[in-house]
Amino acid sequence: MSQPLLKLDSATIRFGGLTAVSNFSLEVNPCELIGLIGPNGAGKTTAFNMITGVYQPTDGHIHLNGRSIAGVKPHDLTRQGIARTFQNIRLFGSLSVIDNVRAAMQLHCKHGVRASLWRGSRFKSLENEVETCALELLDIFKLGSLRDEEAKSLPYGDQRRLEIVRALATRPKLLLLDEPAAGMNPTEKEELMHLIRFIKDKFQIAVMLVEHDMTVVMGICERIAVLEYGIKIAEGTPQQIQRDPKVIAAYLGTETDKEEPFDA
Amino acid sequence: MSSSLNPSSITGAKRWLIAGVLLAVVVSMFSAQFNRYYLGILVDIGINIILAVSLNLINGHTGQFSLGHAGFMAVGGYTAAKISLVISPMLPPALQPLIFLFALLAGGGLAALAGFGVGVPSLRLRGDYLAIVTLGFGEIIRVVVQNMESVGAASGLKGIPKYTTLGWTFGLAAVTIYFVSALVNSTYGRGFIAVSDDEVAASSMGINPVRYKVTAFVTGAFFAGIAGGLYAHHKQFLSPTGFDFLKSIDIVVMVILGGMGRTAGVVVAAIILTLLPEVLRQFSEYRMIIYSLLIIVLMMARPQGLFTWNRKKGGAPA
Ligand SMILES: Nc1ncnc2c1ncn2[C@@H]1O[C@H](COP(=O)(O)OP(=O)(O)O)[C@@H](O)[C@H]1O
Ligand SMILES: [Mg+2]
Repeated sequence: MSQPLLKLDSATIRFGGLTAVSNFSLEVNPCELIGLIGPNGAGKTTAFNMITGVYQPTDGHIHLNGRSIAGVKPHDLTRQGIARTFQNIRLFGSLSVIDNVRAAMQLHCKHGVRASLWRGSRFKSLENEVETCALELLDIFKLGSLRDEEAKSLPYGDQRRLEIVRALATRPKLLLLDEPAAGMNPTEKEELMHLIRFIKDKFQIAVMLVEHDMTVVMGICERIAVLEYGIKIAEGTPQQIQRDPKVIAAYLGTETDKEEPFDA
Repeated sequence: MSSSLNPSSITGAKRWLIAGVLLAVVVSMFSAQFNRYYLGILVDIGINIILAVSLNLINGHTGQFSLGHAGFMAVGGYTAAKISLVISPMLPPALQPLIFLFALLAGGGLAALAGFGVGVPSLRLRGDYLAIVTLGFGEIIRVVVQNMESVGAASGLKGIPKYTTLGWTFGLAAVTIYFVSALVNSTYGRGFIAVSDDEVAASSMGINPVRYKVTAFVTGAFFAGIAGGLYAHHKQFLSPTGFDFLKSIDIVVMVILGGMGRTAGVVVAAIILTLLPEVLRQFSEYRMIIYSLLIIVLMMARPQGLFTWNRKKGGAPA
């Protein structure tokens, strides 16, 4: 097998006395859909924050395409192919739906300051290209008709989906989705999971998915890693995870934790 | 107004720019017939438009909080004044416009350089460092000028040639408005607003927040320097006290009142806030009190900015 896209090697992060993620090792292969589950406070979001360069691991290493990401800024990691959504939605609230996507496309744009000021024919055609591309992405998530709405005025579910579109617009190789279905009803969830599968195949990207609903995760993920108190207690196929006594124990105790307050 | 950008409408912007500059030139041809007092106020308005629109790029679109605009204005003003004082006696009067243009650009350039020096270290840090650092910068500039004999020190720089006309002022105001609007209204420019809305999300979308903030800050400082040069060749006299902290606050208020990030609103606010003190001159004793009260009341009644008209689409809560 070729080298993994993402490799966590005993990644550990401490906040003062609290070890939020401890010795977390994991490999994510290209085009793989991998679930990251675990009770609230298990360290899933924190793991995402380490992978995206928001936090630096206290110990251990993270490699993207075989290269260490230590000290690499989040915006440079996005350039190298990592994109994410946030557990507590962080859209550009004052921008329109399409401009949220457009803003995420600027990192691949060949027209910058000078073209913006000169506004020649090249600028116009490049801007039209950006617009077409943004609309195509929005249409996949049925958001095209809302293109000129202010992002913060969208219904909750649409905001969540817009966040995925925005992340896709950066043309990632690895997409991290932090509870993308939170707050959705079962039908919407089901629909979203199909979409996630669809974009994974269409754009040939690896997806790492945090989701509480076990049946959903089991149904869609090829592989699952389970975190509890910052420690990986299990990893394997959905069937293996389903039967794992540690996972069952961890989950039986926390079924009711689903709707706890969101965090960054 | 929708915040969405529309490529076909923005290309009309260049036409607006040309129209604006032409209008300014035509109007200034007749300026000899204008009452000098009103002429002076018009120039003040134009200069304040440049200051407010350029600060709007920093404080409005990019969501930073700079209190340094008077400082950059001082850098540009003193630089431009000194250049034309030294050069103009050596060159034939026919070259006046060229000297003036050079002096203005040099003033803007030096202000931009100062902006770079101030911005790079402070914009890397989060929070309110920029406000504190720019506040300090303004005061430092004032103290430096006060002690520089070559620019008149505390007694001021006198005898600056009267180069500033309505045409120059409004021509450059048009350029400033065009520059800032064109910069922001592009795929590249959405990055400024993205940084202002959510810096963490912006950087996760491949936007380098520091680079955008520095670009906005340096551009803003450049135009503040240009405004300073116009001011110097308008008043023909510069003194360090003219560029104090209160001047920066004035410009900040124009941006807030105009509705952060709304160029049209900020232009209207600059006009009104230049006229207001003139209208209230009869009550000069109470002028500052009335002025402050007005602003407080307006800010409480319309925190989104006085001149922000409603978006055409639905009444979304703020
Ligand atoms: N910046 C931080 N400072 C201190 N503690 C943090 C910080 N970020 C996360 N934590 C802690 O790390 C633990 C894991 O949190 P998180 O990753 O959000 O869990 P999950 O996403 O699995 O619900 C929690 O106990 C949380 O309080
Ligand atoms: Mg979380």
